Amino acid sequence: MDLVLQLLFTGIGIGAVYALVALGFVLIFRATNVVNFAQGEFSMVAAYLMVVFAVDLGWPYWLSFLLALAGMALLGAIFNLGVYYPLRHRTFLPVIIATIGASILLANSVLAIYGPQPQVLEGWFETPGIQLGSVYLDSQYLLIIAVTIVLVIFNYWFFEHTMLGKKLQATSQDKEMASLLGISVSTMIMITFIYSAVLGGLAGILVAPVLFVSIQMGSTIALKAFAATIIGGFGDVAGAIIGGLALGVIETFGAAYVSVPYKDGFAFLVLVAFLIFRPQGIFGERVAEKA
Amino acid sequence: MSAPSENMPIAMSTVRGKPLLVRHLPYFIAAAILVALAATMQFDGYIHNILMQATTFAIAVFGLSVVLGLCGQINLAQAAFFGLGAYAVGLGTSDYHLSYWLCLSAGCVLALLAGALLGMSTLRLGGHYLAMVTISFQQIVTLVMINTIWLTHGPDGVPRIGRPDLFQSSQSYLAFCVAMLAVVGYFVWHLSDTRLGRAMRAVRDNELAAGVVGIDVFRTKVFAFALSAVLGGLAGGLFAGGFAYVSPDQFSFAESVVFLTMSLLGGVASPIGSAIGTGLLILIPEWLRFLKSVPGLYLAIYGLSVILIIRYMPDGIWGFVNLATGRWRAKAKVRAAGPALQLVPATVGGDTVLEVKGLSKYFGGLKAVDGVDISVRRGSVHALIGPNGSGKTTTLNVLSGLYKATAGKVVLDGTDVTEMPPHQRAAAGLGRTFQNIRLFRSMTALENVVIGAERPGNGLIGEGEDALNARAMSALTFVGLGNRANELISSFSYGHQRLIEIARALAANPTLLLLDEPAAGLNSSEKLELHELLKRIAAQGLTILIIDHDMTLVSEAAQHITVLNFGRRIADGESLSVLRHPDVVSAYLGTE
Repeated sequence: MDLVLQLLFTGIGIGAVYALVALGFVLIFRATNVVNFAQGEFSMVAAYLMVVFAVDLGWPYWLSFLLALAGMALLGAIFNLGVYYPLRHRTFLPVIIATIGASILLANSVLAIYGPQPQVLEGWFETPGIQLGSVYLDSQYLLIIAVTIVLVIFNYWFFEHTMLGKKLQATSQDKEMASLLGISVSTMIMITFIYSAVLGGLAGILVAPVLFVSIQMGSTIALKAFAATIIGGFGDVAGAIIGGLALGVIETFGAAYVSVPYKDGFAFLVLVAFLIFRPQGIFGERVAEKA
Repeated sequence: MSAPSENMPIAMSTVRGKPLLVRHLPYFIAAAILVALAATMQFDGYIHNILMQATTFAIAVFGLSVVLGLCGQINLAQAAFFGLGAYAVGLGTSDYHLSYWLCLSAGCVLALLAGALLGMSTLRLGGHYLAMVTISFQQIVTLVMINTIWLTHGPDGVPRIGRPDLFQSSQSYLAFCVAMLAVVGYFVWHLSDTRLGRAMRAVRDNELAAGVVGIDVFRTKVFAFALSAVLGGLAGGLFAGGFAYVSPDQFSFAESVVFLTMSLLGGVASPIGSAIGTGLLILIPEWLRFLKSVPGLYLAIYGLSVILIIRYMPDGIWGFVNLATGRWRAKAKVRAAGPALQLVPATVGGDTVLEVKGLSKYFGGLKAVDGVDISVRRGSVHALIGPNGSGKTTTLNVLSGLYKATAGKVVLDGTDVTEMPPHQRAAAGLGRTFQNIRLFRSMTALENVVIGAERPGNGLIGEGEDALNARAMSALTFVGLGNRANELISSFSYGHQRLIEIARALAANPTLLLLDEPAAGLNSSEKLELHELLKRIAAQGLTILIIDHDMTLVSEAAQHITVLNFGRRIADGESLSVLRHPDVVSAYLGTE
């Protein structure tokens, strides 16, 4: 029973990271109808920025954190201008191929600059964790869960109760109508990319102390996050979060009770099971193309 | 009514002279020369390895030109399929001492099964699912290669891989691989002009329209995907024999990216492009070896190339060359016009061609169509009218199977089609056009209409390509565009595109033709032509169900009118009396 609780905690912690990245996926998908395959690389780049600022340059953790997020905002903007925007009138296939190209470019540029050696990033807190009964609560996992809860609430407030959030929603639902109402669609898409890059970056910075900072962390996280969006129901915000948490828990239990080397395979098995038996996910994808 | 066989021989003699094999003789001669060169020229080991790699990689990239180029579906796991073939040959010949041929076949079958399973679980869904699932599959295959050490030797890889007795020397084995490349290249080159290839291109250009003209979209995609996987497996098996040693890192996601880049760079639509892309991306890295000293730099450049190619050269090098040389090449000759178009609608059921009972379509709480009855008499022109948002197009979409009915029954010529997907309804005799024209935009007018003529269940078509072409020419000539058959869709005006869409439906010899606002967007002279065309179609006894807003057209063309408002039928009957019906007048003009 103790082990079960311990695994549940770890699973939710890691699942929260998937949920954050999945959220970034969903926001871009809703705004542009495109799946951004470089979403995971946003996390990886942010983690490396943290290593550069906090470890190599020895700057304070909070300053490094803010600088890394600012860097991600910049990367999101460049990504939009360099990859998505020139192709916005093309069909979906060229766009996803371009985002795959961008993902390869980002991962391997970091590899070329920083080398293949995984890096270590300390956690935010000095204290490693707290013992609660028989369960050990790692402080970094606690932080991840707390930040995810805050962000989910912020996200809800932002999209439902601010003018900017409503404009973003209008853009994602009907670009033509939004532009007729005087909303600048290209600005809204720009904001979406920046916000998603920051979200992905945040996830990367939070998870970095738990994993090693490595080139592969981006694609690993992205695959899980994508599986999470499918499990939750493509394009659904609540679905992405619940799917992410579920996947984190499944994977942690799978690693503990079945096999460690194949840990990354469980996401795929769950994904295929959903594709076959419930492709619309838990909450259902908004589909139907008009003839 | 004449039997189809009577017309066909005439067309055949005018369209094509020489049999297929003779026309393609130059290809086979060139291939034979290449094989002979590979078998006799003395290369040093380094050049030999490069040739070996290029030959086998090109076969794998051909696979991508089928799935991505022809069918428009992405495959980011080609290196995994390549790896399945390579490991089958590697492990089979070295650890289990099985025959090379048996192992090569097993590798192909393994890749085929994996490809078919992946495709069947994913291809009903949107393309982003396929991209992610293939990446996941790629990761799993790599995980298994590294971790199941008892089977795969793990990261150490598989040494001492065997070759067939017949091709023991590296020289003869290279010649064998070149021969395989030539054979596979021939099939891939020709695939696009076969029925399956046309179906793939139709699916790539417009999935909805492909289903409506009778193509089983899902099956076509699975075929394309499985074919691509088999070519990957075959290439991998050949590769393993060529290098005698394989290890997991040769089949990683990075290699899938390399295959994708090769295919995009050369031009994804054609095997010639694939060969160019493969050759370049094997040679260029050899020239720029110094870049390899920095890990990652190489793939970073590949990633950047992918972005740049997609943006600036979407059709790749070969597409670019084709475009640039297009103006000097001779225009394809316009085929001789086929015999006058015959429409022989099937007559299985009784007097009623279409019987719709209690048809409903709800979108959540919105009742777009609510308990509608329509009965279309054989040989009549029946109009479905109503104000905007009354549910006309939704009705048509439910009739052609694009939407699933919430309730009700649709019987076409005696067959209950309520539960059928679009392509089966097409096979049962349904033809349609779209309000917002849906043609296969990368093809010529003739190819579009040929795909229509290929409708399963079209009994008017004889065997062979020539019969199809003749039928398509007849249909194009019928709508007045026979002399422009070989032009691309984009060069036609909006009105002419509508006519091509009608020709595509007519070539299929449907039992019932659904026309969704055919007059929308036409100018007044085009409307007159359309009216004439409708008369000529109706004169051949084809039953038509038409939606339109043009009351002159509707009242003159249709004998029978059904009126919808807010998803419900408000009037039905003989044209003139329906148009005077008070409910209809108030629905259109409002009440006082």
